[in-house]
Amino acid sequence: MKKNKILIQNSITYAMVIGFWAIVQGLSAGGHVSSLMKGLLVPLCIYAILAVSLNLTVGILGELSLGHAGFMCVGAFAGAFFTRCMENVMPSVGARFFFALILGTAVAGVFGILIGIPVLRLKGDYLAIVTLAFGEIIKNLINVMYIGKDASGFHFSIKDSLSLGLDDTGVVIIKGAQGITGTPRAATFTIGILLLLITLAVVQNLINSRTGRAIMSIRDNRIAAESIGINVTKYKLMAFSISAALAGMAGVLYAHSLSTLAATSANFGYNKSILILVFVVLGGLGNIKGSVIAAIILTALPELLRGLNDYRMLIYAIVLIVMMLFNSSPKAIELRAVFMEKMKHGKSAAKEA
Amino acid sequence: MSFLSYLINGISLGSIYAIIALGYTMVYGIARMLNFAHGDIIMVGGFAIFTMVSTLGMAPMVGIITAVFVCTLLGVTIEFVAYRPLRGASSLAVLITAIGVSYLLQNLALLIFGSNARQFTSVVTISSLKLAGGRLSISGETIVTIAVCIVIMIALTAFINKTRIGQAMLAVSEDKGAAALMGINVNRTIAVTFAIGSALAAVAGALLCSTYPSLTPYTGSMPGIKAFVAAVFGGIGSIPGALLGGIILGVVENLSKAYISSQLSDAIVFSMLIVILLVRPTGILGKKINEKV
Repeated sequence: MKKNKILIQNSITYAMVIGFWAIVQGLSAGGHVSSLMKGLLVPLCIYAILAVSLNLTVGILGELSLGHAGFMCVGAFAGAFFTRCMENVMPSVGARFFFALILGTAVAGVFGILIGIPVLRLKGDYLAIVTLAFGEIIKNLINVMYIGKDASGFHFSIKDSLSLGLDDTGVVIIKGAQGITGTPRAATFTIGILLLLITLAVVQNLINSRTGRAIMSIRDNRIAAESIGINVTKYKLMAFSISAALAGMAGVLYAHSLSTLAATSANFGYNKSILILVFVVLGGLGNIKGSVIAAIILTALPELLRGLNDYRMLIYAIVLIVMMLFNSSPKAIELRAVFMEKMKHGKSAAKEA
Repeated sequence: MSFLSYLINGISLGSIYAIIALGYTMVYGIARMLNFAHGDIIMVGGFAIFTMVSTLGMAPMVGIITAVFVCTLLGVTIEFVAYRPLRGASSLAVLITAIGVSYLLQNLALLIFGSNARQFTSVVTISSLKLAGGRLSISGETIVTIAVCIVIMIALTAFINKTRIGQAMLAVSEDKGAAALMGINVNRTIAVTFAIGSALAAVAGALLCSTYPSLTPYTGSMPGIKAFVAAVFGGIGSIPGALLGGIILGVVENLSKAYISSQLSDAIVFSMLIVILLVRPTGILGKKINEKV
């Protein structure tokens, strides 16, 4: 009985995403989608994937990560690097993009494990600030990194492209603060939706598995979970690295939707991580469907209502505060409970009458 | 000589971090929350001074007093509206709210003042000091910053140890429940802590913008985060720790900017945070807290 309910809930999420895809495809076939809206379709998918994956850390694991954009950055650069390197070996853009996706996801996942091992020993505010620190470190390191390729192999430097010492056949692939240029823009809306569906499948199946229940038990009471034999470190690390890997996948998609990829603050700074957090909180902590809806609406809405754009961030901030006060303040919870009680009484009284 | 001048500039920057870190460390010690918006209060202080001095043509001192007043009021208001209702809620909820407040302040400033950087006129009128036959020059801002930091440290330590409200703050940071039983008004004590922290942020804003005279709505966020790193580094909740952490951080940042790479200096500062948290999670001067079931 319970299983069926979960299955239905999950299917609704998939159906919603597929329905969204079908509507957009139908509209664009009829020529009703403006070019502005078309440019938004891939970012919509990217943000939805990021929000779902961050929800795994914040909502399900219950730890606040402010370094999500850092993992996205790792994935984006790993993926774009692969695509550029394999230009001559693998002429098909589609195949390169496919392998780039796998590689970017894997690299971000490995980073998730490497960073997760030290970070997950910390708690609460400390964990949040350290993930922020890691995100900024990743961004800074990529900004000073120069990698080139010539006949004798790869060259690496943290100074400038000249000190790479490339021969005549050499090309500089990562140019420090200028990043990677010339990535084929292979990302399409359909691919984005497919990746979103994969993300949803991974996260939703994880949540409803034994592993997912273990993760949620750590969130609700770490000490109690530990006392019944749950390996806290293992499950925390698992959730964290899966979340990082999915963010990396979104990063590869992002890299292939731009021709120039640079690790600027606007792209991968902690403000980006906070923006994703806004989506997660507004969609509901732990609510996967909510994350998708919030990401799609909050990305599309301000672009559609251009006049509101100046106030968009301000409105986000106010909504964020109000949501938290309403959902988490002890007084508000009490008031809500009283209200619900009254509603129930009202209903039963009505039935009796 | 250039090493010495980098070192002195580092101490000056570190003094600013220390003053900001005081706000973090006091609030964290007492309310057990990371006030993410603290850095943006610095920015508000900077804009308050900018408006008074550059737009309205007032004396710098009037500007600073206005900024202290505005920031104190702002800090207390934020505490009352956003943080007080969440007392007793999960730390995740409080932190997300604090991030929301930070976002709100940044975007309000963005709407009012725009995103263009404003040229900030230094509030310091002392001319620079030339030592060693003019080879070593220490700017007036540097002297004032270090002096102000020392004065604030002494005054604050005296305030906490000698006054009743300071003792109340210590008591609340030890044990909220027991302090309340002893007749201490916990809410008022926390509000006073926010007021002091925010007033210090205004002073830090004046010093920061005088040393680095470019003011944008995002001016406060990075120094704010680094000051939190300094607070953690020195041991959160400890006032001497904030001073020590701030100065170490400022010196490391300036030296790595000079000798390693200006782009990597942030990465080095953040790596220090990670290392210290893994080796000694309570910071250099912090106390160990045992977790109870």
